[in-house]
Amino acid sequence: MSGIEIEGLNVWFGEYEERVDAVKNAKLSVPKGGSFGLVGESGSGKSTILRAIMGLAPTWSGKIDILGKPVETPRSRDFYRAVQMVFQDPYASLHPRHSVDQVLSETLSLHGFKDIDTRISKLLDDVGLGPSFRFRYPHQLSGGQRQRVAIARALAPEPQILLLDEPTSALDVSVQAEILNLLTDLRAEHKLTYLMVSHDLAVVGHICHDIAVMQLGEIVETLGVEDMRAMRTEHPYTKHLLESSLQSAAR
Amino acid sequence: MSKLLEVENLWVKFPTRNGVFDAVRGVSFSLGQERLGIVGESGSGKSMTGRAILRLIRPPGMIEADKMELEGVDLLGRSEREMRKVRGQQISMIMQDPKFSLNPVMRVGAQISEAYRLHAKVSKKEAKRKAIAMLEAVAIRDPERVYRMFPHEVSGGMGQRIMIAMMLIPDPKIMIADEPTSALDVSVQMQVLEIMDKLVKDRGMGLIFISHDLNLVSSFCDRVLIMYAGRVVETLPADKLHEAQHPYTRGLLNSLPRLDAPKERLDVLQRDPAWATEESVSG
Ligand SMILES: Nc1ncnc2c1ncn2[C@@H]1O[C@H](COP(=O)(O)OP(=O)(O)OP(=O)(O)O)[C@@H](O)[C@H]1O
Ligand SMILES: Nc1ncnc2c1ncn2[C@@H]1O[C@H](COP(=O)(O)OP(=O)(O)OP(=O)(O)O)[C@@H](O)[C@H]1O
Ligand SMILES: [Mg+2]
Ligand SMILES: [Mg+2]
Repeated sequence: MSGIEIEGLNVWFGEYEERVDAVKNAKLSVPKGGSFGLVGESGSGKSTILRAIMGLAPTWSGKIDILGKPVETPRSRDFYRAVQMVFQDPYASLHPRHSVDQVLSETLSLHGFKDIDTRISKLLDDVGLGPSFRFRYPHQLSGGQRQRVAIARALAPEPQILLLDEPTSALDVSVQAEILNLLTDLRAEHKLTYLMVSHDLAVVGHICHDIAVMQLGEIVETLGVEDMRAMRTEHPYTKHLLESSLQSAAR
Repeated sequence: MSKLLEVENLWVKFPTRNGVFDAVRGVSFSLGQERLGIVGESGSGKSMTGRAILRLIRPPGMIEADKMELEGVDLLGRSEREMRKVRGQQISMIMQDPKFSLNPVMRVGAQISEAYRLHAKVSKKEAKRKAIAMLEAVAIRDPERVYRMFPHEVSGGMGQRIMIAMMLIPDPKIMIADEPTSALDVSVQMQVLEIMDKLVKDRGMGLIFISHDLNLVSSFCDRVLIMYAGRVVETLPADKLHEAQHPYTRGLLNSLPRLDAPKERLDVLQRDPAWATEESVSG
């Protein structure tokens, strides 16, 4: 079965001369249990695709199927149980006056879980935050700690599909390695499906089997991870992206 | 080399329910007209070190130091009013959460031109022209359009570049850049780094570059401080980062995923409690 199936997706903002076509005729398909990466230029529409899936894009057209069914507008509670997103901007996505404990218990009770206390401890442990972080507020956390709270919140409802927008870009490499290993384990244990945005091709290459490259609102190329590693690509922008990444890693 | 900034035995303390938490523990370093990188794991005190220099630690947090001087003049004893001047004109900081530092209900362009007009007495029209030029300088594709946007309408990487553009306005002596390029793809990243590099080379600015990207720091900076649990555990010339000796730094280097050398699982750091109690080294 397919996890995420997108075809002919257009997303735009504003009207008339103010109109911005943020995503144009995008097509991608992620099998259930698969892992798909979106890379490309800043402002090319990567976050917008994830937001459209979550029902956060005001105006769009095309097909978005999740687990074999077209999405409903507005999205149902069942949808949010099955699909969770880690946002690019963790500060903005955490309520400033809610402690870590409140954030997680709210999500858990919204989705009808009972053993909230044990689940919170487990979630914090999974993302490498000890019990001492449980009653902190967002401003009492470092950037990477906030990001881990956001990841814990997304994992809380035990979703089947995770949309990850730059999930590790605020993390140092050692925590990044822990989170990436966690994501690998979760996918193996629970057959999770990932759609992940990252500007770090090594991270995408580590997690994803297939990668789509975006530029100016369009998916210009989709390729397998082996092809990416071997630089087997058709499109000049993909080539440019790969070359500059390899260069920066070799420096 | 003339010293722009000198910091000796800096502590940042937060009183909490379970006693005082020391986020920064006795950090000493100096900064000249150079690019000084700070790396270290999440929560090791990088941002708090940067914020402490600008005295931007929110109460009840406290800053203590034996010495914190900007061009030989004390920063610790200055009034809040004097500090605001320092922040506006002499030391700029690009915050880790770019969008959070922008005013959400004001258009991006208006924020940049207003900041520019505070700094230079120019007409509105001139300020707008300058603001658009700055957006262009940070490789924003459609500066006229972005000028009219609200912060929530720009992408993550655009937000970072807008913050960078704003911080360039006052022509600061010191810039503290906290993860300034973490959301940028490599080619845009290069363009942004070039701008900062120019300020260091041409105008003698001092740059503190906080980042978790080891490769980037190693190629871009002159020197690196490596922080762990609020202390500086190692300091190195940036191009020698890959020869680092401290087991923590080595652990960081080994946990990087590599495009050319895939593996099933990444190495994770085995933290040694002794690292946290070692003496801070001076950078
Ligand atoms: N609410 C909005 N109103 C107007 N334009 C918007 C809005 N949200 C996004 N856009 C525009 O859509 C385009 C794509 O933005 P998006 O956030 O998807 O980029 P991205 O690929 O995620 O970039 P980055 O890597 O920098 O995060 C950008 O030009 C952005 O300014
Ligand atoms: N208001 C506060 N009260 C208590 N502890 C705090 C407060 N603010 C920050 N801290 C703690 O201080 C430590 C240092 O934070 P800092 O933001 O400097 O980390 P960092 O090195 O920048 O990490 P990152 O890479 O994740 O951004 C963290 O452990 C954080 O939880
Ligand atoms: Mg984005
Ligand atoms: Mg930080």
